[in-house]
Amino acid sequence: MSDARDVLLGRVRAALTDRPQPAAAVLLPTPPAPADPVALFAERAGEYRAAVHRVGLTGVAALAAEICAAHGARRLAVPQDLPQAWRPHGVETTADATVSALDRVDGVLTGCAAAIAETGTIVLDGGPGQGIRALTLVPDLHICVVPAELVCASVSEAFQRVEPSVRRRRAPLTLISGPSATSDIELSRVEGVHGPRRLEIVIAGQLS
Amino acid sequence: MSSARRGGATFPQAAHVELRNTQLRRNLGHATRTIRAKRAAVVDELDNWQQLREAGAAIKRDVMANLDTYLVEFERAATDAGATVHWAPDADAANDLVAGIVAGHGEHEVVKVKSLTTDEIGLNDALAARGVDALETDFAELILQLDGDWSSHILVPAIHRNRSEIRDLLRRTIGPADLSDDPAALAEAARIHLRERFLRARIGISGANFAIAETGTLVVLESEGNGRMCTTLPEVLISVVGIEKLLPRFEHLAVFMQLLPRSSTGERMNPYTSLWTGVTPGDGPGEMHVVLLDNGRSDVLRDPDGREALHCIRCSACLNVCPVYERTGGHAYGSIYPGPIGAILTPQLEGIGAAASLPYASSLCGACYEVCPVKIDIPRVLVHLRGLTPKRGAERRAMRTLAWLFADAGRYRRAQRLARVLPARVAGAGPMRAWTAGRDLPAVAPQSFREWWHERRP
Ligand code: SF4
Repeated sequence: MSDARDVLLGRVRAALTDRPQPAAAVLLPTPPAPADPVALFAERAGEYRAAVHRVGLTGVAALAAEICAAHGARRLAVPQDLPQAWRPHGVETTADATVSALDRVDGVLTGCAAAIAETGTIVLDGGPGQGIRALTLVPDLHICVVPAELVCASVSEAFQRVEPSVRRRRAPLTLISGPSATSDIELSRVEGVHGPRRLEIVIAGQLS
Repeated sequence: MSSARRGGATFPQAAHVELRNTQLRRNLGHATRTIRAKRAAVVDELDNWQQLREAGAAIKRDVMANLDTYLVEFERAATDAGATVHWAPDADAANDLVAGIVAGHGEHEVVKVKSLTTDEIGLNDALAARGVDALETDFAELILQLDGDWSSHILVPAIHRNRSEIRDLLRRTIGPADLSDDPAALAEAARIHLRERFLRARIGISGANFAIAETGTLVVLESEGNGRMCTTLPEVLISVVGIEKLLPRFEHLAVFMQLLPRSSTGERMNPYTSLWTGVTPGDGPGEMHVVLLDNGRSDVLRDPDGREALHCIRCSACLNVCPVYERTGGHAYGSIYPGPIGAILTPQLEGIGAAASLPYASSLCGACYEVCPVKIDIPRVLVHLRGLTPKRGAERRAMRTLAWLFADAGRYRRAQRLARVLPARVAGAGPMRAWTAGRDLPAVAPQSFREWWHERRP
């Protein structure tokens, strides 16, 4: 095995005998700064056919209960550390995140690590209120609470925000923009292939 | 492998066959037009698009100039994070490594995320030869696998198939006998077929769109969720990664996450992107392997005038704007990498003798360069490669290719536009030197009579 390593690295070094000099420094472009990132996030997430709701800080649990009712969801998987204030009344919750258990629940409710306004994306890093990756993958309905202060204007800003969790605890990241989709048949978009077929985003923050 | 895929045919021969397929041309025309329009809309939306392209190109130049350093850095970071890093100088070595890991676990089935790199090395066949069933889980790849067919487009591999062909295929293979041709019903059939396999799979195989040297992180972009399934649920994950996929630092990824989805599917962001850094205890596979693959890439790197081809992030934008690709489709290129990028990458990866007609599969119109998110000057590399092809035969074939390309009004119009950019770009360079050394090129009028007439017509 170390032979193969030597062979490969040897070839690469031999190929670079001219030691090409790259451009001195890579200039990273300045990201855009939208006037109202939260409104932009709501709009763009909606364009990717996620359902988007906005609610005051104290209204999450009630809204989540309504969403569950609308989908006929009676049992939800939740991460163990989901804030009490977000847990919907009248809906059974379980913290069992084995695949077979997740295959039997009606949906999952989580928080997130960041959101991206310019692309309508939510970012999960397995931190507080998010649980492991399978949690937001196996169930068919994902309700994601996005505290307004986690909405970043741009892709670069969001990456800066989650970079420490990758460096410090090698957190796996998942970027989610709308429900799963395929355009493989004559390019007509079909929502919901293997991941959750429905994505409900609840933006929680001061309502103006 | 390349000429084998064309059945030993050159590009013009294969193209003539494909051109007779009107269904293919209709599907392709529709697909490329649709994606072109979507891409243009989301690219226009970004004021700093040109800056992003510059940054993307600069980062990739740096990667190639210091590839040995970044490879070693990636190896250390990934190893520290609990992954096992393997080195594969060629396709056979990579296939042996993967097959060895699968055999070590006594498994006979693996689930796979769409990966051009594993297609390039023929991993599925290599595994099949050792009694291992590699299940493609991307919808289009599944369609092709069920039909024993192969990809014609980097992004939408089954674009040459329409819904009734797909319905008939699924009825014959996995779907219910009364399956309709509604795309939602077809996708549902795939969901049902694959779901149980995802949940029971013990080994997943992926490629990677990017590999970050400083953190040892791998990145996969996708739409359907099959990528998340394959990289999260199995106990063992094996990722085959071309050595050119590296990025130096974590912050560089943000640049490419803006460039790739917009150039590729024409979306601001693709539905799912997964990043993982070695093993995360209690979350996802407990055993992680990364196979770093050369397979001709270091040969490409050796050529200062050709190594730019390694900057490619496989977005497929250059396919969608290429007038030649739009007519011939992907199969005529006889390679996993079709279109303009294939025309410069395949001859370099496989050796110019194996694919000498490919550098001529272009009218040098420059559209591919305009859209390339990392600014690869494909026309320049094409001309360079033409200079390396065995001359006489290639030139003969080039003339024949040009003859059919320009044999109708649309082609002719484009030829005129081409003629205006041609002298500046290629006169006196590469293979054209023989043509221009003893001749004076007449100046080409800035506007043709046809264009002049078109503008003034009431
Ligand atoms: S060459 Fe450029 S445009 Fe073509 S697939 Fe590669 S990155 Fe995209």
